[in-house]
Amino acid sequence: MQGKPVNNRAAGQSKTHDSAALHVSGEAVYTDDIAAPAGCLHAYMLQSPHAHAKIISIDTSACHIAGVHAVMTARDVPGVNDVAPVFAGDPVFAENEVLYAGQSVLAVAAESMDIARRAAHLAKVEYQVLPAILDVHESLRQQKFVGETYVMKTGDSAAALGAVPHRLSGALDIGGQDHFYLEGQIALATPHENGEMHCWSSTQHPSEVQHLIAKVLAIPDHAVTVEVRRMGGGFGGKESQASLIACVAALLARRTGRAVKLRLDRDDDMVMTGKRHGFHVKYDVGFDAQGRIQAMDMVQLADCGMSPDLSNAIADRAMFHADNCYFLPHATVTSYRCFTHKVSNTAFRGFGGPQGMLAIEYVIDDIARHLNLPAEAVRRVNFYDRQGACKDRAVTHYGMDVEDCVIADIFDKLEASADYRARLGQIDAFNAENPVLKRGIAMTPVKFGISFTLTMLNQAGALVHVYKDGSVQLNHGGTEMGQGLHTKVCQIVADVFGLPLERVRITATNTSKVPNTSATAASSGTDLNGKAAEAAAHTIRGRLSEFAAQQAGTCAPQDVVFDVGVVTAGSKAWPFKELVNLAYMNRISLSATGFYKTPKIFWDRAAAKGRPFFYFAYGAAVSEVIVDTLSGEYKILRTDILHDVGRSINPAIDRGQIEGGFVQGAGWLTSEELWWDAKGVLKTHAPSTYKIPTARDMPDDFRVALYDGENPEDTVYKSKAVGEPPLMLGISVFLALRDAVARAGVSMPKLSAPATPEAVLRALEDKGGVF
Amino acid sequence: MTDTIRFILNGKLCEISGLPPTMTLLQYLRGPAGLCGTKEGCAEGDCGACTVMVARLEKDGSAPYRSINACIALLPSLDGRQIVTVEHLRNVAAGALHPVQQAMVECHASQCGFCTPGFVMALTNELNNNPQADDTAIHDAISGNLCRCTGYRPILEAARRAKDMPRVDIPADAAALASIARTKMFSYEMPAGKFFAPVTPDELADVLAQYPDAYMLSGGTDVGLWVTKFHMDLPVIVYTGNIAALRGVTDVDGNLEIGAAATYSEAFAALAKRGAGMEDLLRRIGSLHIRNAGTVGGNIANGSPIGDGPPPLIALQAEIILRSQKGTRSLALEKYFIAYKKQDRQPGEFIEKIIVPKRAENTLFATYKVSKRFDQDISAVCAGFALDMDGGVIRAARLCYGGMAATPKRAAAAEAALVGKPWTREALADAAAAMDKDFTPLSDMRASAAYRQSVAKNLLKRFFIETTMPEVKTGVYRHAG
Repeated sequence: MQGKPVNNRAAGQSKTHDSAALHVSGEAVYTDDIAAPAGCLHAYMLQSPHAHAKIISIDTSACHIAGVHAVMTARDVPGVNDVAPVFAGDPVFAENEVLYAGQSVLAVAAESMDIARRAAHLAKVEYQVLPAILDVHESLRQQKFVGETYVMKTGDSAAALGAVPHRLSGALDIGGQDHFYLEGQIALATPHENGEMHCWSSTQHPSEVQHLIAKVLAIPDHAVTVEVRRMGGGFGGKESQASLIACVAALLARRTGRAVKLRLDRDDDMVMTGKRHGFHVKYDVGFDAQGRIQAMDMVQLADCGMSPDLSNAIADRAMFHADNCYFLPHATVTSYRCFTHKVSNTAFRGFGGPQGMLAIEYVIDDIARHLNLPAEAVRRVNFYDRQGACKDRAVTHYGMDVEDCVIADIFDKLEASADYRARLGQIDAFNAENPVLKRGIAMTPVKFGISFTLTMLNQAGALVHVYKDGSVQLNHGGTEMGQGLHTKVCQIVADVFGLPLERVRITATNTSKVPNTSATAASSGTDLNGKAAEAAAHTIRGRLSEFAAQQAGTCAPQDVVFDVGVVTAGSKAWPFKELVNLAYMNRISLSATGFYKTPKIFWDRAAAKGRPFFYFAYGAAVSEVIVDTLSGEYKILRTDILHDVGRSINPAIDRGQIEGGFVQGAGWLTSEELWWDAKGVLKTHAPSTYKIPTARDMPDDFRVALYDGENPEDTVYKSKAVGEPPLMLGISVFLALRDAVARAGVSMPKLSAPATPEAVLRALEDKGGVF
Repeated sequence: MTDTIRFILNGKLCEISGLPPTMTLLQYLRGPAGLCGTKEGCAEGDCGACTVMVARLEKDGSAPYRSINACIALLPSLDGRQIVTVEHLRNVAAGALHPVQQAMVECHASQCGFCTPGFVMALTNELNNNPQADDTAIHDAISGNLCRCTGYRPILEAARRAKDMPRVDIPADAAALASIARTKMFSYEMPAGKFFAPVTPDELADVLAQYPDAYMLSGGTDVGLWVTKFHMDLPVIVYTGNIAALRGVTDVDGNLEIGAAATYSEAFAALAKRGAGMEDLLRRIGSLHIRNAGTVGGNIANGSPIGDGPPPLIALQAEIILRSQKGTRSLALEKYFIAYKKQDRQPGEFIEKIIVPKRAENTLFATYKVSKRFDQDISAVCAGFALDMDGGVIRAARLCYGGMAATPKRAAAAEAALVGKPWTREALADAAAAMDKDFTPLSDMRASAAYRQSVAKNLLKRFFIETTMPEVKTGVYRHAG
């Protein structure tokens, strides 16, 4: 691992997570650990048992058992009965119709969760069951969508496909994924004087929760404060999904005049809240004898569930990543945002990018197998390339110039460090000797666009206070869900003041401190909030510099040095806290806000062209697997990763994101299977049935390195975003499994995702069994 | 007349009354005890965020700690135990972090931190018992702990690093445990329900005679979920875990006798020796925390069609002893399972022990499990195979499967296809073909019917390969390295 500590700077060092000691001692306070106000009630939401039904009647008279304080249905919502983030369609309580099994119908507040649950189930809800659309093929047939069909196009793929030397078509099913944050959705709402509402919410998007609480209560935003110190994991699942929970808690708190806690247990959480979108992707690709893509048509059917939620932006991102690292001279990418009677799918680490990327990697794999060429060779001839003979091989299908492409270098270095070529021979030898067990390997690249693709969202604010004792308190609009954002931002601010990290403290994200924030999402937390906090700190430092220069008399403000807790101006020097105290006595403001907006980006939606991303993050992985051809079971033997985080602010935290992202991505594509019954009821709603990776599923040999480089764009510390991109390194595992199936004798294996042992055995059986 | 629940929590004696008997330890810790370091991630014993250490006084005076899931342990079942939660580690480490905690910090092994107390407790428990735990032991120790952030590498590194740090022991207080030990049945009778914990088989028989509809509770790894997941009311619970006579694991003339209330952890070593694949299978039954609580008898008594104990035990011709006030009777294990949720157990009866007979030298045996994930997953298919060979000819065959029918079930047609034949590819093919007549499995979230049918045949094929072609490598988990 390369860390680059510079002198006494905090940034660049592997500082431990700011809450690490609290985590390990059990002292870190999560929303459910907050001491509840006296008289706090507990809430429970009754769910629809049907995927699609008309509500004939709701009779709650039986719900009022001892200990029950309020029962609420749609008609009791004083404001707007909708918690949708963008486009309407996510009612707090279903009103006339239920659109998925698990949809909230009513809620009860009672003196215990047990009473609330029992009471809710005493409600008599009469339904008329209606036919349900449960897959994307049916939605396409019925033309039922949650958003407009969208096309990104470059060149003329239809014409070009007619004139290619080689052509393949196929399809791929890609399953969804549950976030499985360890801490379930939760909120604690407390009514305050004068109609105000305070809410602790486990959310990635406090500003949106604030706004939606105001909307459902029909009060102004300024009467609502939302706070979050930390989440027990988010992964996108608490971007829009936290709102329903917080709003129901707030509605019941307003109704009862008491604090109300709403915590979904694991089953309710998994049934009621959205997941990663499942996709069905069809492709038609033309290429030359080297496997160089000449034209491609790709159709992406996204299973959006029952409402738009964030699906349009997610489906857009799937389209933006239909190229991954590959130049597409002629391409048409068409996206259908399919309506189904299932929970509305939502943001999940990668935000559509993984599905788009998996599809093109599958296409490349197909091309290589069709031509009997090494897959890595086919990848290389297709890489974006500004240095080559044709400069135009560096423009994406949505018209963005790929200026910063380092994937070829990453691929070369990884191939060498992973000993890739030699291992191909070892795998052949192993497979020749072993009739039952077969090994496979794949090396796959990642190029991931960084920025919210809705340009407006790329802004952030921060608030920095320096107290008279020289300690610094920091607040910004980002939320901490484990990714180490707060630690990195503290490092950045500590360096502005030349202070040791311990002198900077970050407090709970609070909508009354920094307003109108964007979600902590799109990997952008550090890029946006780090810059905003840096700006706020620089404002104060500027004032202090000016003051110090005045005191010194002979020094220009820009020459004042802040380092190791000492401020030096010419021949004069003060410990930081002394200068701060002096500045206070001279009535210098020691508090400042900071603001940042990402430069350069724009998007012309009508033309489907622009520069939606400030830059790209890159990485590559080699995974080797072993497969049991009798059961389809497998094990990851070794994974090597080389990943580009620019100049790392915190190598340990970045490595943690890479390793965790990879394992989560591998889980998505292997053991994590969502399974609905024929009536559209989710049956995998707890860890007993939904299997995320355990420690034994990680590669036996796991080697991770940071790519030595820095971001050519002006990002904080020249770093790159790291939250989402590594998830897609897990694609190497999926394609290694496909490779193992192929090496077992199936020439063009059909492997759907997730590649459960069952899916692998099914792919193997296309040959009629192996042994 | 009701007793109070007595246990030692983080070094202090707690005496509890007035709480419902179905309250879980986790609910107690996070509620009345005000100890919020232990987390709820699933309330079904599958994620480990609630991991705590629990010691009990054994007959030999020792009091070893075991890791368990607090989320499915019913509070009265902790009577007489010593419990350590994450909050206590700073006490034993004199205010500092325990080495496991310190190593976790140094190795960047927490991200969101929600699973972290559970990992800390699982690893502290392991290193407390086994200071030189190797990687297999460390993996076993955290087999029931899920982390969604780190990808586990730094947690494993922290475990290895903690081994090299100065030890901080967490001793159990045997004297204190002796002072709260019961010599006769513990009765906890609340308006919300009754809980009885007899200490002898006779007391058990008596209380079951008095309450024939009582729910029997052993490790609670299934019954706990009836409470936390199905929200069932259990008006009378009879707990078997304090009956020393039901917890023995003994070898009687080569026959292994396992008391019905012995946990899988307690029976692990003895069972692992009973045949090829047993250790691999046992390692995949639940997680270590589940095996520390769940019992061999409970895994049989609940009649589940997907329990992993019965298939190999039936193949090994195990029998069970059922007991009641009226006396005892013995039953071949396979006869116990009558139909889905229907077993040959009369009201007032309980399983006293499981007897695994000595295996004949000419019996070929293996057992296998197939599931989506190695650790802590329920089988798609589990198989136990035994072939009694006689001069190269199969004299008797016992091919028993879990996950293929409404009960653990033998493949009668496939067995018939093998008997009297030499163990050859042809016999294998005949048995596999015959197996279509044996089973019509279900499709569910764990596997499709087609997959189950294929795997059932393929596992027999694997058995053939392993018994006739020892040079061929099988099983990815054995040959991963």
